[in-house]
Amino acid sequence: MTIHNLYIFSKNGTLLYYAEWNRLNKSGITKEEEAKLMYGMLFSIKSFVNKISPLDPKEGFLYYKTSKYTLHYFETPSGLKFVLNTDNASQNARELLQQLYRDVYLEYVVKNPLCQLNEPIQSELFKLKVDELFKKSPLFLSRAI
Amino acid sequence: MSRASTKLDSKKVNSELFTLTYGALVAQLLKDYENVEDVNKQLERMGYNMGIRLIEDFLARTGSGRCYDFRDTAEKIQTGFKIFLGITPTITNWSAAGDEFSLCFEANPLTEFVELPDHCLNLKYCNILIGILRGACEMVQMEIACWFVQDQLKNDSTNELRVKFIKRLEDAIPAGED
Repeated sequence: MTIHNLYIFSKNGTLLYYAEWNRLNKSGITKEEEAKLMYGMLFSIKSFVNKISPLDPKEGFLYYKTSKYTLHYFETPSGLKFVLNTDNASQNARELLQQLYRDVYLEYVVKNPLCQLNEPIQSELFKLKVDELFKKSPLFLSRAI
Repeated sequence: MSRASTKLDSKKVNSELFTLTYGALVAQLLKDYENVEDVNKQLERMGYNMGIRLIEDFLARTGSGRCYDFRDTAEKIQTGFKIFLGITPTITNWSAAGDEFSLCFEANPLTEFVELPDHCLNLKYCNILIGILRGACEMVQMEIACWFVQDQLKNDSTNELRVKFIKRLEDAIPAGED
């Protein structure tokens, strides 16, 4: 099982944080462009899922899977968006994202008055804690892909 | 919910410390602004800034999702009071349209040991709560207005906070490729 990379977007689509661990294929565009592309796609998927669903979409979009990887999506009611790419064998990535929100984002960004909420996160402590959380997760077992 | 370390558990502090700190803040504002109306405004603004952060704490702790209707919102606000102030207000006086309700509570941790002197009768001592509610709701796409209709500091028998739903704020769409 592997974790590839992580994006955190704010309510209005600003890329707050990006981190990668095992990423073999680069997109070949700048990080800013990539973030815009990613946010645009998520936004479309979200409205697509909500419109096309034959039943009342309670939770909306949760994840998608390709032959190579799975993209997990977790959005809080306040509009924060956590996006995690893992391989297809990974389970419970959603819980990991909730944990990231509750134990890392809340503690080291929201409770840090020096961190502006709508700007990219600069805090070194936050970076460290994200890395720590992911590396101790069972999903992280990196092996040759 | 179990947590790995106890360090992150919500820190319990004596409410008296909070009461006195808040009292010191209001006293300082009164000294700085010398005008009760400005103090009211300032308290509301500070509350707003607290609210936009406090909502994340609330959401992460309760894991609650979006509200289905305004009654659901009312119950969540009640839970918020329980978590952050340790009091459970009663939800009453619904308007016929269901867009307005009151939160009534007897004990108010903010106003313990407080009496308003004569020259401060217009001071909205608890205005910070109003700012907090407004800021927190705004972050979950709801515009609300709230105000105190009854206040124990003004010799009413109880505290009554009126909350009115104004409108739903729409999600922002991503900026187009220019």
